[in-house]
Amino acid sequence: MKITLDHVTKRFPNRNKKIHSDVIAVNDFTFEIPDGKLIGLLGPSGCGKSTTLNLISGLETPTSGRIFFGDTDVTDVPAENRGVGLVFQNYALYPHLTVLDNIMFPLGNLRGSEKLTKEQMRDKAMAVAKLVQIDELTERRPKELSGGQQQRVAIARALVKMPSVLLLDEPLSNLDARLRLQTREELARIQRETGITTVFVTHDQEEAMSISDLIVVMKDGLFQQMGKPQDVYDIPDNLFVAKFLGTPPINVFEGTVRDGRLFLGETAVLPVHDLAMGGEPVGEPKNVFVGIRPEGFIPAEDGALALTLRKIEVMGRDTSVVASHEALTTPTLRAIVASDAPVYESDGIVRFDIKPSKLHLFDRDTEARIAFVTD
Amino acid sequence: MTQENVVFSGTAATDFSSQAKRRRRIRTSLLYVFLTIWAVAVLFPFYWMILTSFKSQGAYNSEQTPKFYVSEPTAENYREAFTAVPLARYFGNTLIFTIVTTALMMVVIILAAFAFARLKFRGKNLLFTLFLSLMMIPNELVIITNYVTITKWDLRNSFPGLILPSITSVFYIYLLKETFEQIPEELYKAAKVDGTSDFKYLRRVMIPIARPTLVTIAILKVIECWNSYVWPRLITDKAEYFLVSNGIQEIREHGFGRDNIPAMMAAVVVISVPLIVLFLIFRNKIMEGVSRGGIKA
Amino acid sequence: MKQKLRQYKAWLYLLPAIVFLGIFMVYPLLDVVIYSFEEGFNFVTQSSRGTGLFNYSYVLHDPYFVQALKNTFLIVIITVPVSTGLALLISLALSSVKPLRNLFQTVYFLPYVTNTLAVGLVFMVLFKKTAYTDGMVNLLLGVFGVPSVDFIDGPYWAKLLVMCIYTVWVVLPFKILILTSALASVNPDYYKAARVDGTRPSRIFFRITLPLISPMVFYLVITGFIGAFKAYSDEVALFGTDLNAAGMNTMVGYVYDMLYGASGGYPSYASAAALILFLIVLTITCINLMVSRRSVHY
Repeated sequence: MKITLDHVTKRFPNRNKKIHSDVIAVNDFTFEIPDGKLIGLLGPSGCGKSTTLNLISGLETPTSGRIFFGDTDVTDVPAENRGVGLVFQNYALYPHLTVLDNIMFPLGNLRGSEKLTKEQMRDKAMAVAKLVQIDELTERRPKELSGGQQQRVAIARALVKMPSVLLLDEPLSNLDARLRLQTREELARIQRETGITTVFVTHDQEEAMSISDLIVVMKDGLFQQMGKPQDVYDIPDNLFVAKFLGTPPINVFEGTVRDGRLFLGETAVLPVHDLAMGGEPVGEPKNVFVGIRPEGFIPAEDGALALTLRKIEVMGRDTSVVASHEALTTPTLRAIVASDAPVYESDGIVRFDIKPSKLHLFDRDTEARIAFVTD
Repeated sequence: MTQENVVFSGTAATDFSSQAKRRRRIRTSLLYVFLTIWAVAVLFPFYWMILTSFKSQGAYNSEQTPKFYVSEPTAENYREAFTAVPLARYFGNTLIFTIVTTALMMVVIILAAFAFARLKFRGKNLLFTLFLSLMMIPNELVIITNYVTITKWDLRNSFPGLILPSITSVFYIYLLKETFEQIPEELYKAAKVDGTSDFKYLRRVMIPIARPTLVTIAILKVIECWNSYVWPRLITDKAEYFLVSNGIQEIREHGFGRDNIPAMMAAVVVISVPLIVLFLIFRNKIMEGVSRGGIKA
Repeated sequence: MKQKLRQYKAWLYLLPAIVFLGIFMVYPLLDVVIYSFEEGFNFVTQSSRGTGLFNYSYVLHDPYFVQALKNTFLIVIITVPVSTGLALLISLALSSVKPLRNLFQTVYFLPYVTNTLAVGLVFMVLFKKTAYTDGMVNLLLGVFGVPSVDFIDGPYWAKLLVMCIYTVWVVLPFKILILTSALASVNPDYYKAARVDGTRPSRIFFRITLPLISPMVFYLVITGFIGAFKAYSDEVALFGTDLNAAGMNTMVGYVYDMLYGASGGYPSYASAAALILFLIVLTITCINLMVSRRSVHY
């Protein structure tokens, strides 16, 4: 089922009674989620991603804007009629019911012609239990299960009615690191096998990037960017997206473009020309933010960029070089180089060339991406 | 699995929403009606006693059908309540009884709770278990012997006789011990290293930190004392030592010539007001304390 | 030596509590059992005629006791379910509204802090039929065409009715408070999950809400039973101190009357009656606990 959000806005009355302005949790959202994909809604906490999920599920209704499932306007359809499955961060499994009863619970709500017999319910529940691989545990109660198993039960309960959309709120954040890796593969597998359009919310960019077909990045209730994980990583639309994706994070400098060259401080590091923002050419000189991914540094004896070395951390596969530069917006930067590559250091100075594809320019005021061409 | 589950037309959807909204509004209104009915049921006796207390006896008796308002309010009943029966005396007795009992109890339970929470001694667990098992003993079972004991000690119709049996509460010791134990033990160890005595530590550290719980316990005990009836009734038969509960019963059976309902209501108002005022001031503390302790007065 | 001193100090802190509990709880507990087996204990001479089950047999054959037993059981059977159910309804209503909730909560709690005897007097005035007037309640009933009846000095069922109404009025604040906080502590995600699944309100209540708050409901039922078995002050408030004459005595009332008052001076009978009461309460509490253990699963 394709999901479309059309100029969706959600305001909440401010909880602080002294402030009369509303809190805008979701501001003028417009995007389309294609059918049958796994979508990660990504953003720092408080950015409105859970609200977006609740809007799609129908637990919240938008202040303005429309929501479509396929071609049907579901904005005013209550949650129970939307055919969505929802998995909560803390799973919300009914503690007094067995795993099987938990999974069967939604089926018991069906009435009239849809009403199922006990056997039919059990068969359906067992089928999903098998799908999420908990069919051995169906007689237990939730508290007798591990976090990962509870997670699966919650997914099974959400899937049992064969929803057209599956929504997961921070599905992995209550699991420990090892289980998280395992469960996210599991999640991707279940999604592939069922083909149900699935939206999950997370603040962990690695999690979102690793399994999503598409990611949607949000900040302060505002839509930032949507695309395939690698595309968003490679071509971030703005400084926030660039900073939010990637570990270690992108290194940000203040720089200037003049005479066809990019200056960090007083040194030119890269020839750039034909600057453009949103298709419009941008004149020089131009003050910019320069983002360079940690893997964008190539050690070179006569490299254009000279940095003051702070320390070198050898971490097996990679070496991470911690260094500082006058134009940095942070005290130090971190460059990742292969551990067999030599790092050229003299008098506490290390030199690098920059991979142009790992370097991004952003407007100093709007923080929007500036496209450029290099030689 | 397929995804053909959601079938509805656009118009049906909008119909649904306005209908749902209307239904929700009706539901909410019904809830408020229900809540209001019960609120009236709770408040009506209070309204009635205040109302009646301002009616003159003549006016009250001549009302074949009771009136919901008072045409000529009079404070005469209040004067009567304080002069015709020793209401001020009952009031004062209750005040003394409540304050002394609560104060003594606080001392006893603070000392005991501190010993259980922080001090080390042999037999602590056994003794605490014994204390806990005493919580199950109903007052009705021990009151008989206590009555005999107090009579034997010749303490009937005296404040010590009224007060002595109710200055320990296993339940409050338990509640306070739990609170004390939540105070980090590191503080105690630090104090020990500094050479602070146990008693000074209790006074300077434990009591100030546990103050909210102590206040809650004190308020609950005050309520309990103010409303106590059975023990005072057993142990006093002279009006000089009556508490308000016994006083009100006495008034009902012998005071005001039995028929002066407005004067009785004035007395009822007078003895009800202190607790209601206390409740309105400490509303949150009391409600939180009662729900935390899960105790029934 | 130092260790010994520390030990001794701890006991010093406990001394007041131990002394008072010893004198006014532990000793009486043993004593009451002894009393109950001593035949015809005399207060003045401090002597008895012998030991045996005579006191129990006397109490069980005393028509006043039988009446008190009947009254008490009726109070228990009527008020515990009614008050728990009503409290559940009110708490549910309270939890599903937002504006004015605090005000309602405060009002509902008011009876908890009022003097039972004092407000009982008001109830008596409201329900009583006198030479001058039929009373407030009869006036209201008259509107619906119900003939007037004296609830205080009238037929047994009327007295029982007003007694139960007053008892419910008195015990509700506590139950509403406990249930409201139990309902508030239910994770709202359960309701969201149920809503997304399209669960009917009745199914949400019986399959989710009620099981989740069932430990608290059982707690209230158990304390409610214990409290109702100990009913006494409410009855005194409504019908006066001579409950036997009014035919409205309760078991606790019987104990006190045996001890003191018009028919008093028999601590042995009182003890036997108190122990019978205790055994009944203990048995019923145990049954309650067994039932609740079987139905509360987590």
